Amino acid sequence: MNILVCVKRVPLTGGKITLTEDEQAIQTRHLGFTVSPHEECAAEEAIRLVEAHGGESVVLTLGPTEAEEQLRDMMAIGIDRGIHLVADGGEWDSQATAQAIVGAVREDGAAFDLILFGNESADAGNYQVAVRVAYALGLPVVNGIKVISVDGAGLRCERERTSHPPGRDVYSVPTPAVVSVLEGINLPRYPSVPGRMRAKRKPLVASEPARAQPRLQMVRLRLPEGSSKQAEVLGHGAEAAPRVVEILSEIGVM
Amino acid sequence: MTTLVFMESAGDELSQQAVTFAGGLGGEIAAIVFDQAEAYAPAAWAQTLVELAQERSAGAVVAPGTDRGNEVLAHIAAKLDQPMSANCMSVIPGDPATVIRMRWGGSLLEEAMVHGAPLLLSVAPHAVAATPVADVEPISVSASASEGDRVVRVTETVPASSAGVSLADADVVVSGGRGVGSAEGFSVIEELAALLGGAVGCSRAVTSAGWRPHSDQVGQTGTKISPEIYIACGISGATQHMAGCKGAKRLLAINPDGEASIFASADYAVIGDLHEVVPAISAEIRKARGT
Ligand SMILES: Cc1cc2nc3c(=O)[nH]c(=O)nc-3n(C[C@H](O)[C@H](O)[C@H](O)COP(=O)(O)OP(=O)(O)OC[C@H]3O[C@@H](n4cnc5c(N)ncnc54)[C@H](O)[C@@H]3O)c2cc1C
Ligand SMILES: Nc1ncnc2c1ncn2[C@@H]1O[C@H](COP(=O)(O)O)[C@@H](O)[C@H]1O
Repeated sequence: MNILVCVKRVPLTGGKITLTEDEQAIQTRHLGFTVSPHEECAAEEAIRLVEAHGGESVVLTLGPTEAEEQLRDMMAIGIDRGIHLVADGGEWDSQATAQAIVGAVREDGAAFDLILFGNESADAGNYQVAVRVAYALGLPVVNGIKVISVDGAGLRCERERTSHPPGRDVYSVPTPAVVSVLEGINLPRYPSVPGRMRAKRKPLVASEPARAQPRLQMVRLRLPEGSSKQAEVLGHGAEAAPRVVEILSEIGVM
Repeated sequence: MTTLVFMESAGDELSQQAVTFAGGLGGEIAAIVFDQAEAYAPAAWAQTLVELAQERSAGAVVAPGTDRGNEVLAHIAAKLDQPMSANCMSVIPGDPATVIRMRWGGSLLEEAMVHGAPLLLSVAPHAVAATPVADVEPISVSASASEGDRVVRVTETVPASSAGVSLADADVVVSGGRGVGSAEGFSVIEELAALLGGAVGCSRAVTSAGWRPHSDQVGQTGTKISPEIYIACGISGATQHMAGCKGAKRLLAINPDGEASIFASADYAVIGDLHEVVPAISAEIRKARGT
């Protein structure tokens, strides 16, 4: 089974987001970078499927030169090789992103049985790149998947239903296919030191796709208002308990 | 201008909010509900909506920002090769239209221009309150019958094996973070949650460590909660965690670090070690109840 996983480099914001002066991006001077937990799980799922069924796992990102760090991170936990679409600084909308990914899939020539995505990117949350890639390649697509099992000529995929009644929806998907997954599908492994060493030597190809004109064009970012509060301190340590219980009674949850 | 609205069902609150949101675009609204007996097939549902949009020369297609709402809309966007704006808070029609949409699970907002037609918008949950819009009677339809669009469809449903209060619906949620220290450490969190008839939650630091299942995780990539009170113990307040508890009416944070960023979003603060504070609260509840 040959599997491609698409991941996106995003800043690891802590307790507070600060924007750059021009309001075009998050101020990342003091921040580390990562990928969405959904995408980390997608990489782990690819590694497990290849461990169980053979084949090759490949990770792809469209991002700045520094995004090689995220490709190496994924190779450190077991992905075999990387594809880096080096992007300019501007915001790539979903159509441009999907177009670049599709170009890379065609270019690569490996016959992928499965292309894995996160259900949504951590930063943009567009909920659509996977679907666009699937349509362009003429492949079936399922989203928000929490269980994948290989079943004859295809995949059995399960998705949790958030609307009522609660339960799981099951899809039978013929391969090749596109699947987007959610965190919780597995518990990703941590990279080992030898894993990190091996990742440095794994093959990685880079190219520079041209950016299509954005049709969802970001104008500016801003922080939602009114989130900061002045908390009432109910006390220090165990002595705060009676006051906490008073509050719980007032609210009516006792 | 006609706006087509995809409703998950006539009674679904987030779908009703989408109808209210669509009202802001002006013009006529056609609210579409798929025959509930039909198996969900996102491409087929999208195809039907594309045909309806063309028949009625719709200027916009609006969906709730739910799993299915965003998914069906993404299929429409791919079929028409038009831009889609997910999780909008507001829209100003025009050419181009301007939207304000959620990024980072709502921790950040984006203003964007949309170059394309029809406008494809999903509505951020609770961006607007659902108000009964006069004259909007949902239209029930059957999905397009094309084989190609039915390859992916729900072939089986597995009922939830749910025991206890669900995290998403609980009135009280008691969560633990890395500060709990271990899987066993959660016994004090479980005890308090049980006394209040609430659910146990946790942070991603906890699920990554394998102390709790991912189904307990609150946050951007976990469950979104909206309890009467959220009691967060040993959680620092990372933006991605807070994205999951914005809907909580009140927040009580318990943390020894007075500088922890969670206090900036909290209504009530207890400064201290959760392993002392939480059992003391449980004991106090028992005392108050005389048990
Ligand atoms: C794209 C993305 C999505 C994410 N999604 C989620 C998500 O859905 N949910 C989520 O939670 N995180 C999410 N995260 C991770 C998030 O960024 C934080 O890493 C995580 O929330 C930290 O968990 P924590 O607060 O338990 O741990 P820490 O940040 O390590 O905080 C531990 C806290 O415990 C306190 N403490 C220590 N000892 C005690 C004690 N004895 N008693 C009381 N307090 C004590 C400390 O003072 C500290 O404040 C996501 C990250 C990314 C990048
Ligand atoms: N720049 C990118 N590079 C690689 N994959 C991406 C990129 N942007 C989005 N994706 C993939 O598409 C998924 C959905 O993204 P989105 O449609 O932006 O919510 C993500 O979880 C990634 O798997």
